[in-house]
Amino acid sequence: MNPVAIQTEPVIRIESLFKSFKDVKAVNGINLKLFPGEFIAVLGPNGAGKTTLVEMIEGIQKPDSGEIFIKGKQWKNHHAELNRVLGISLQETWFIEKLTVKETLILFASFYKLGEARVKEIIALIRLEEKEKAYVKNLSGGQRQRLALGIALLNYPEVLILDEPTTGLDPNARRELWEILLKLKTERNTSLILTTHYMEEAEYLCDRIIIIDHGKILAKGKLNELLQACDKHEIIEIGLLGPPPFDFNTVPGVQKSRFNSKDNAFVLEVKRIVETLPLLLKKLEESKTEIAELQCRTLTLDDLFISMTGRHLNA
Amino acid sequence: MKNSLLILTISHLKEFIREPGSMFWSFGFPILMSIGLGLAFSGKKEIMHGVGLIPSANNKEILVRDIFFGGGAPNDTLIEKRFDNENGVTRYAFHITSWENAEVLMKRGIISSILTEEEGKMVYHYDPLNPEGELIQIQLSNFFKYGHLGQDTGSIRPLKTQGMRYIDFLIPGLLTLGIMMSIMWGVCYSLIEKRSKKLLRRMVATPMRKTDFMTAYWASRLVLTVFDSVVLLVFAYFFFGVVIQGSIAALALIFLAGNIAFFGLAILISSHTANTQVGNGMISLITTPMMVLSGIFFSYQSFPPWAISVIKVLPLTKFTDEVRAIVNEGAGIVDVLDGVAILGVFGAITFFIGLRIYKWF
Repeated sequence: MNPVAIQTEPVIRIESLFKSFKDVKAVNGINLKLFPGEFIAVLGPNGAGKTTLVEMIEGIQKPDSGEIFIKGKQWKNHHAELNRVLGISLQETWFIEKLTVKETLILFASFYKLGEARVKEIIALIRLEEKEKAYVKNLSGGQRQRLALGIALLNYPEVLILDEPTTGLDPNARRELWEILLKLKTERNTSLILTTHYMEEAEYLCDRIIIIDHGKILAKGKLNELLQACDKHEIIEIGLLGPPPFDFNTVPGVQKSRFNSKDNAFVLEVKRIVETLPLLLKKLEESKTEIAELQCRTLTLDDLFISMTGRHLNA
Repeated sequence: MKNSLLILTISHLKEFIREPGSMFWSFGFPILMSIGLGLAFSGKKEIMHGVGLIPSANNKEILVRDIFFGGGAPNDTLIEKRFDNENGVTRYAFHITSWENAEVLMKRGIISSILTEEEGKMVYHYDPLNPEGELIQIQLSNFFKYGHLGQDTGSIRPLKTQGMRYIDFLIPGLLTLGIMMSIMWGVCYSLIEKRSKKLLRRMVATPMRKTDFMTAYWASRLVLTVFDSVVLLVFAYFFFGVVIQGSIAALALIFLAGNIAFFGLAILISSHTANTQVGNGMISLITTPMMVLSGIFFSYQSFPPWAISVIKVLPLTKFTDEVRAIVNEGAGIVDVLDGVAILGVFGAITFFIGLRIYKWF
């Protein structure tokens, strides 16, 4: 984040936001600030409350209580004005299937009183020149998401709010979208709130990360701040050919252990690998247990999330 | 081009025109219906009646066959007889069979009457609610008495003047039915689909005016229904000689009122429906009773009086009655003003209630 930006007024300020659906507290007391040119990732598993949060910021849903200020203004009295400040992309929006890419953009551009010149610029920006005459129904997932982004960008928005823009896309399509967003950051100082359950997306794109679950912010900050705030810095993942001969928590230096059924391995959170690994290997050798797989790495956002919630991010 | 109302209207039109299925239902289907029903009920009639003939125990059926056919081959089980008169051609197919088999033929709709011979007299067995059975009894008993089907063919004057034929009755009904279906499915279903796919939500998150969005829907549907109706009327004129006897201005006025009525209804029905499956059911629930009751294919006058008073309140009935009055009775603007007012007010009320409670997301 640009240090100057911190001193400027936030473009979005959220204070004590609450929203419930029947018995579910979808958003449970969230405070948040977004500064000009800042990219924030809202990370969380399905059902964490990400979409409800961004839809309240977008003015689509009304909060039960709390305040949202966008450039100091609220939806209640400045609806038309705020619609021009924001560029949004909803989760899984379908556009009119039998309109072409260009026709769809012309339609949305007309709502902002923008003409074909802007449509041409957007088509170039989202790199859909070759597809401008293709029906929306014939676009790939990545192309559809780029079209949704293009529509969000039509009105030169100061703030972009993208709800899971890359879910279901292949790595190439995802990276193409990231490049467009980074270009906007450098060229137009656009701010971004992005919800995702891909931690690499948050790591690559965003200045700050907010981890939410059950409608609450569990942690927020820059990636390295989040990881450093956590006591357990390093991970040993070990797969065995038999059952574990002893409780891993008894090995000196192991802070916490769990079994990762997906990889069929034990995940040990340790303070320092170089201290704990020799002790662990020695104990395994003494008990004549064979090792199938061994991996040492630093803590990732996913580890952090599991440590906080007991769930995977993309669960 | 930056006019969002115009671009929205064109977009809705393109969305519809590019869907071959909807094009067929909109243009092809009413024409096919008019051809099918028009030929079935309006062309030179060639009617076939199926009758089961049950031999009595003492083989008197031979006698019956002698009366009918002047000694046809006694072993035949199916004998056809043709009667020509001013009404066209009437053919009888007599199936000589057992009672059990005749019951099966009746269940399958191959015959609609069973004849038995008891002590030299003909006995007619038919469902008293089926007019065809009754007609067969009258025709055959006349045949036994006079040697021909009608009581006195000299007094028959077939009505072939314009406005009095079945096809004249049918075409206005097909026209109004087409408008109702086009709007209820084209607007209602399409809006529900846009809501379920979150497109409405996305569109209202722009400075788009909601009134522009709705007006564009109405305008695009109006263009399409005008086109549909003109195609049907031109076809009916050239193929069946159906002529609009009344005022074209009156027709345009009632047409506009009918469009408003069904558009308002479509907005109300689609105002809260979240998914297309429920939408399908809702649209069918509204359109099917009107399609059956409003006298599109056959007059509603055969319903009991209490039912008629209910049927007359239905918007499709009002719309159809007024269009028929213009096409067949030569009605003018003054004659249809009350219908225009009723349909217009109905449309306006349903539209504004619908818009007031409209769920955009």
